[in-house]
Amino acid sequence: MLEIMEGSHAVAEIVKRCRPQVISAYPITPQTHIVEDLAQMVANCELDAEYITVESEFSALSACLGASAAGSRVYSATTSQGLILMAEVCFNAAGMRQPIVMTIANRSLGAPLSIWNDQQDSIALRDSGWLQFYAEDNQETADLHMIAYKVCEDHDILLPAFVCFDGFILTHTYEPVDLPSQEEVDAYLPAFTPYHRLDAAMPLSMGMYATPEYYMEFRYEIDRAMHRARDAFIKAGREFNEQFGRDYSSLVEGYRLDDADVALIAMGSICGTAKDAVDEMRDAGRKVGLLKIRTYRPFPGPEIADALKDVSTVAVLDKNISLGNGGAVGTEVKAALYGSDIAVYDYIIALGGRDVRKRDITAVVDLAEKGEGDMFYGLRTEVL
Amino acid sequence: MTAAELIAFAAFEGGVYAQAFPAFGVERRGAPVQAFVRFSDKKIRLRSQVYEPDYIIVQDSTLIGDVDVFRGMKPGSIAIINTEKPDFDGRVPEGVKVYVVDATTIALEELGVPITNTTLMGAFAAATGEIKLESLEHALRNRFSGSMADKNVSAAERAYSLIGGAA
Repeated sequence: MLEIMEGSHAVAEIVKRCRPQVISAYPITPQTHIVEDLAQMVANCELDAEYITVESEFSALSACLGASAAGSRVYSATTSQGLILMAEVCFNAAGMRQPIVMTIANRSLGAPLSIWNDQQDSIALRDSGWLQFYAEDNQETADLHMIAYKVCEDHDILLPAFVCFDGFILTHTYEPVDLPSQEEVDAYLPAFTPYHRLDAAMPLSMGMYATPEYYMEFRYEIDRAMHRARDAFIKAGREFNEQFGRDYSSLVEGYRLDDADVALIAMGSICGTAKDAVDEMRDAGRKVGLLKIRTYRPFPGPEIADALKDVSTVAVLDKNISLGNGGAVGTEVKAALYGSDIAVYDYIIALGGRDVRKRDITAVVDLAEKGEGDMFYGLRTEVL
Repeated sequence: MTAAELIAFAAFEGGVYAQAFPAFGVERRGAPVQAFVRFSDKKIRLRSQVYEPDYIIVQDSTLIGDVDVFRGMKPGSIAIINTEKPDFDGRVPEGVKVYVVDATTIALEELGVPITNTTLMGAFAAATGEIKLESLEHALRNRFSGSMADKNVSAAERAYSLIGGAA
């Protein structure tokens, strides 16, 4: 049943129904409401979990890592500087193959200090070995948490995941969300069965020292698991659709791409605004569509190439910047389309919370059609 | 933001999709803040702020002059302004219908505090017809309990009746 609620509350409610056994997190804007809600649920005995309060994000994810290694289903949430403080633990969690699920309430990084949204934080952890899922709205955000646990805990995968949703734009927005009941979540997501865990009766080491004879093979195995996660995500998404009637059985989602000349590519909440802009452009007779990237890791290169094989021009909206090179999504889309004759242009947009309107999306399409791209969009040149 | 959230809740109760969100990052009582609400028969995908409002609610009329509260309003749109002075000093764009309500006094009398969210919701419901009084009451009883719910409902009803007479 659809109910109107804040995005952060929807996340807390679905996380509760995923039955994490250990939660550790440190509050940071705009993630705070999620962990406040969960702390209250634990205090009220609505959620039978250990909630470990800590003094920093580094400790929060370290506590999660230990609890996961001991065989628990664990959860955390963070954003921005908090995620960057976790960076070392992020690499360790992936390397130790612990299926931790963490919500990222996407926010820009300082300096200059900004509490507002872009996706620089999770993009900065691109190479950490975590799966990265991006949600367009609060329904998709909630649903992707269930899928994330299912994919991560698959014994063929055993990797951690970020479920990313845009800070403030989704975290603080009240909109209708249909939350599955506890029984429905239980039917979709069985209890966690660890593949291996810390056990005094059967001692083992995790995250140990690997000499040059072994290190590369560990990295290779992580990379293979990341690639296997493509099929695991599709399978988990298909099962989700069968049970709940919402389709996440693809790493990408096309919107009005049939017969499109120009395709926009984007991740996260900007896709909603872009869909409305596409509708307006279609009404005006322009052949424009959108390809939404749902999983940034694993990156859906083959899916992008397949979905866009008939377009002439691609405009990528990047809410991040790899300083000195361009947007992270645009760079990877160009690699995915290498060898085709499709013109791919990248637009750095909406950094630090700058608002994006339908007319901005249309203006980007105008630029792409003129062959102008690989640029920041919407700069206030008067303050430069 | 509380008012926006409650209006969205009440509108959704009335059978339309609704979305409410703050102008992010500066939510604190006493500072000029904005929050936005959209209603639609279809699922709402648009995430930008509202630049051309059909309706505005001004919770503190002393903002008028410092902030162009009427910006983007078109003829036929409606402004609801909390003020003690019906003849407030502000340039209203042509064709914008203005309702004034002394929500602060109503809130002080009904709630004992000058928090005008729920009073202005009553005024909004009456002035725009976008939400029904019973949806509004349901939203308030969902948010508040016991005597606080009763007090907020009567504050909203007083403003609803006042504006209802004028509309």
